[in-house]
Amino acid sequence: MIGADAIVKCLEEEGVEYVFGYPGVAICPFYNSILDSDIKTILIRTEQNAAHAASGLARVSGKVGVCAVTSGPGATNVITGIATAFADSIPLVCITGQVNSELIGSDVFQEADITGAVESFVKYSYLVKDAKEIPRIFKEAFYIANSGRKGPVLIDVPIDIQRAKIKEFHYPETVNLRTYKPTIKGHAVQIKKVIGELSKAKRPIICAGGGVLLSDAQHILRSFVEEHRIPVVSTMMGIGVMPTHHPMYYGMVGNNGKPYANRAMNESDLLIMVGARVADRAISQPDLITENKVLVHIDVDPAEIGKNVGASIPLVGDAKHIFEDLLEEKMVCEHEEWITTLDQYRETMGKKRNPNPDYVDPAEFIRFLSEQMQDDAVYVADVGQNQIWSCSYHIVKDGRFLTTGGMGTMGYSIPAAMGAKLACPDRQVVAVCGDGSFQMSMMELATMRQFHVPVKIIVLKNTYLGMVREFQHYNYQDNYSVVDLSGSPDLEKLAMAYDMKFMRLLTMDGVEEAIHSFLAEDESVLMECVIDPMDLV
Amino acid sequence: MKKIYSVLVENRSGVLCKVSGLFSRRSFNIDSLAVGETDDPAVSCMTIVSSGDERTIEQIEKQLNKKLDVIKVKTFDEIASISRELMLIKVKYNRNNRRDIMETCEIMKAEIVDMSKHYMIIQICDVPEKTNLLITMLQSVSVVEVARTGTLALQKCKDME
Repeated sequence: MIGADAIVKCLEEEGVEYVFGYPGVAICPFYNSILDSDIKTILIRTEQNAAHAASGLARVSGKVGVCAVTSGPGATNVITGIATAFADSIPLVCITGQVNSELIGSDVFQEADITGAVESFVKYSYLVKDAKEIPRIFKEAFYIANSGRKGPVLIDVPIDIQRAKIKEFHYPETVNLRTYKPTIKGHAVQIKKVIGELSKAKRPIICAGGGVLLSDAQHILRSFVEEHRIPVVSTMMGIGVMPTHHPMYYGMVGNNGKPYANRAMNESDLLIMVGARVADRAISQPDLITENKVLVHIDVDPAEIGKNVGASIPLVGDAKHIFEDLLEEKMVCEHEEWITTLDQYRETMGKKRNPNPDYVDPAEFIRFLSEQMQDDAVYVADVGQNQIWSCSYHIVKDGRFLTTGGMGTMGYSIPAAMGAKLACPDRQVVAVCGDGSFQMSMMELATMRQFHVPVKIIVLKNTYLGMVREFQHYNYQDNYSVVDLSGSPDLEKLAMAYDMKFMRLLTMDGVEEAIHSFLAEDESVLMECVIDPMDLV
Repeated sequence: MKKIYSVLVENRSGVLCKVSGLFSRRSFNIDSLAVGETDDPAVSCMTIVSSGDERTIEQIEKQLNKKLDVIKVKTFDEIASISRELMLIKVKYNRNNRRDIMETCEIMKAEIVDMSKHYMIIQICDVPEKTNLLITMLQSVSVVEVARTGTLALQKCKDME
């Protein structure tokens, strides 16, 4: 057995089904060994997307996403994907090939100090120096990636280590890390304090972030808020914690969120933030959420508590465990008046749009689309105006809404949707992007065809980098700079080149039928919706 | 506000880079840094002096604790610790100022540890305040070079109990 065989065996032990990647000389021993395994390999068309695809798979399956790329440029290309996973707290293990151990530091062909380069974007990284260490390192890496606050772990394996002979393989059953012991269970005293505050509160509200979904706590949180009738708002990463039409859900907060969600949060007297970073897009003025209210901050990462806002009651632990404990406590909450007020806000503070009838209205289109999507469908939004429209108008039933709310990396949706589709082939997976973000990942149409990953793609086409154009509209008096996307390919011809089905919508005429046949297809479909270039979110 | 962080870390290559990288990435300030092995060769101790407002000070400790190579972080004020810095100062002297320098050294409890016809090296081991003071005192003499360890600190014994 050689080191590369040991790596493959580790992946098998971890139950890995797919490896996304791109080979090169320095990772060839690994890609040779994996031929003897049942693990499927997906040749992605650029390394960044390997990490995004692994992220999509991880988010839907709850397992660690795995990608494997070569040294030098292969490794540096994957950094944006790793940084995206880090900002969104997605568990990944990224294996990079490295030049021969003895050559490290001599600037040879395709050498890059990747562990150094990714230091601020990974939860941890390893440079394997002895093939015997492989089982321990992989066991630790998978554990670190998918526990506590989840995130990417990188393992750099020099080619001579992959080739080195090892006598025996023993996969450890447990990890022993003296420096890493995440707090899972919330402190009993703090839990009692939260219950005490909830019984006193007249205007309580929960703000749910992506951490709730990462700990798979959405069901227990729903039970808790239904039991005690506590209103919920969410951050962008927390969309899907509550079904959109749940009576206790009052929308997404933030500068792109619902006005009534922000108002509800600001007027509350008890705010429970759970699994949210309190970053600028969700909470533009941290002072407002501490003024005249008690702030409870629940997070598995103690460093998040107090980083952007000071909490009155810090509560470190995993959201699922904490809500299980909270649900067990007896308490009486009385705040029907508050719910009546919020219902009134929700009804009267909706945003009015004036859609141009000559084009497809993205808001109405997304509403129709999500109405027709299956209950458990996965909707992947890209970055740009399409992301904001998706957040605002997509109706989550019992499915998932994936987007990169943390990093905001354009081109995320198509590879992430592929990963999600591979993780759950029986569910509908739809990627919604703009014509800018589509062109950042359109090379992956080939991957979809090659490996028969029937992802549905919607391109909201406005021939502009719409989000930046909108920013220039408001802040630079319509002086548009470097946002014109003319020169983009004819998507119909492009779809033909990839032997994909294509649909085009020019106006809202026949939109429901079009969506119906789009979703009914078994294969991948590329649908272009021509929207008003001057439309604003 | 000044704080001293006594950080026990795994004694592995790259760890210093990870810790110092954390400070630069989050724009925390390092006033001084001293690293050395502890009684356990697998563990190194980094003594980091940093300053900032209360939230920054707290974040530094939390972010340090998040690093997987960090075993333990202890934070304390200068008052609650015994802190020392070792400094070597090379000065150029002449007949006229030689006495003055020696007197200053005597007052400051510094030692002359090396000498030639025109140069001498002065050693001082004291709290950072005093080592800084010695540099000020020697300003009138021409200081050629200064090497200092950065602050080393341990929590006072009585605070441990």
